[in-house]
Amino acid sequence: MRGLHWFNALSAGAPPVAGLPNSLKVADGALGEHAVRFIAVVTDTHNRFPRARNGEVGLLEGWGLAKAVDEAIARGDKRPIIAIVDVPSQAYGRREEALGIHQALAAAADSYARARLAGHPVIGLLVGKAMSGAFLAHGYQANRLIALRDPGVMVHAMGKASAARVTLRSVEELEALAASVPPMAYDIESYASLGLLWETLSVSQIEQPTPQDLARVSDCLVGAIKDIDTPDLSGRLGATHRAASSHVRQLLREQW
Amino acid sequence: METLSFEFPAGQPPKGRALVGCVGSGDLEVLLEPGTPGTLTIQVQTSVNGAEQRWQHLFQRIFQEQTPPALNIDIHDFGATPGVVRLRLEQGFEEIGHD
Amino acid sequence: MTDLLAKHSFVELGARQRAKALLDAGSYRELIDPFQRVMSPWLSRQGVVPQADDGVVIVKGSIDGKPVVVAAIEGNFQGGSLGEVGGAKIAGALELAAEDNRKGIPTRAVLLLETGGVRLQEANLGLAAIADIHAAIVDLRQYQPVIGVVAGSVGCFGGMSIAAGLCSYLVVTREARLGLNGPQVIEQEAGLEEYDSRDRPFIWSLTGGEQRFNSGLADRYVADDVAEIQQTVSALLQQDVPAEQRSRRVDYYLARLAELDAAPQIDPATVRALYQGERP
Repeated sequence: MRGLHWFNALSAGAPPVAGLPNSLKVADGALGEHAVRFIAVVTDTHNRFPRARNGEVGLLEGWGLAKAVDEAIARGDKRPIIAIVDVPSQAYGRREEALGIHQALAAAADSYARARLAGHPVIGLLVGKAMSGAFLAHGYQANRLIALRDPGVMVHAMGKASAARVTLRSVEELEALAASVPPMAYDIESYASLGLLWETLSVSQIEQPTPQDLARVSDCLVGAIKDIDTPDLSGRLGATHRAASSHVRQLLREQW
Repeated sequence: METLSFEFPAGQPPKGRALVGCVGSGDLEVLLEPGTPGTLTIQVQTSVNGAEQRWQHLFQRIFQEQTPPALNIDIHDFGATPGVVRLRLEQGFEEIGHD
Repeated sequence: MTDLLAKHSFVELGARQRAKALLDAGSYRELIDPFQRVMSPWLSRQGVVPQADDGVVIVKGSIDGKPVVVAAIEGNFQGGSLGEVGGAKIAGALELAAEDNRKGIPTRAVLLLETGGVRLQEANLGLAAIADIHAAIVDLRQYQPVIGVVAGSVGCFGGMSIAAGLCSYLVVTREARLGLNGPQVIEQEAGLEEYDSRDRPFIWSLTGGEQRFNSGLADRYVADDVAEIQQTVSALLQQDVPAEQRSRRVDYYLARLAELDAAPQIDPATVRALYQGERP
């Protein structure tokens, strides 16, 4: 419910945008002097697609996110877009694969990336899980990523049980390994060491933000909007734990 | 995983270099580059532990048939059989010979 | 005779040979070639043998005399999974191609996708690289078509299936599979009844190249033949960027999904019937 609570707190009673799946919360509110669009993916226990009832990003969510972002682009005012990220996973199911969930998620990534290229400041605010394909569709195309410091905030490519199965390890072995290899770790501190976050900050009640929590996060979001100086993702490069990503780009440029 | 090093007497270095194979199941990748005259060095990174003697014997058999060119060889092995190792090395020597 | 047959199969070629097969003769130039040994900084320390090119081949050259960069993933190395280095090679190449276009050099891109997605040993760095690849495709696509080819036998999964969904044009063969989640992972997460990862005909019927093409989720369906794939890529590169990207057909797909009765479990014919109206 974190995503919903932070959406409600940040959007502060702004009317919800209609015409979108029930699993999406979208509203045009304000951050300081900026008119912004807030977008969250939330639990919809009555979702028509049974594998997407717990806040997963599925078919309706992927295409719906694209629609919500495209509408913001169409307004022409380059308003900031804030993706509130609390997504446990993409939807895993037969209907999803058959109907091309990859294409739905591509639509969402496409829209966020185009918004960024069109000059919208795009911020990803991580208040809960940011897992794999779900994060790629909702948040990972942002100019700036901000995470709250909390054990429930985690970024990863795959849940532990599946990752253990695919790599032929036990969950315990996986956890032990993850603790010593920063990109494999599940905690937000290790993730921060990869240089992908613009900022991390602590709040007193992550599940249900206090007015002080809301003020801190709002200030941070405004700061991120002001900080954006290029429409690309280059701000994520430079950490020592991600040195190879910069080295490869440098070599490509020299040899291009 | 183990990293092993070997050295054998060799002839003159070739001009070219070659890459054969892939680090896929039961296969290996071999990179061959000109080395110091008279010496063949081999570095093996292998997924199979405890096989140093088998690599040593395999290389000895291959190189006693014919003195190899002076090369630095890098091997990335993913569980290849001796037959596949021999095949890849022969392919590598042949490709270098063509340059 | 087997040699002669092998020459015509694209699927049997390695990544480097595939890239070479698409380019004008003599135009092939590899960047960060394997002798430069830019390898994964993460695999060896986890006891996994690395590959000299980290499983990704970046080649510049020309097709029909015009500049192109080809990124080919080697599906035989770690299931074509993308780690930090391989992912950065693809993202960086696409970024430079977009930069070329901003300087007036019309560099196009072809992606040869044989990948299970993120390499789990480099988890979050693979995921981050794939986000960079998505960003770079959307950027380059403003100027030039980006062609995706899923030939098989690995197929294209995970975050890279999203990359396939972002391509201007997508080419598939019968050997190809295209889906977000690997069959094993769906079975793990949703159960055997939902998805039986060992039932190969079932998996191909839902995610195979022929089904994807017949459902409008791929643009060309080709035989596993080097010449046919080369000619198809070349013809697609000569087209302009599509009037409407598949990943931008939001109203169309939301309307189709609204029509669907999602209660019963789905079969391939239902998907084709729901989506097939879109093929011009």
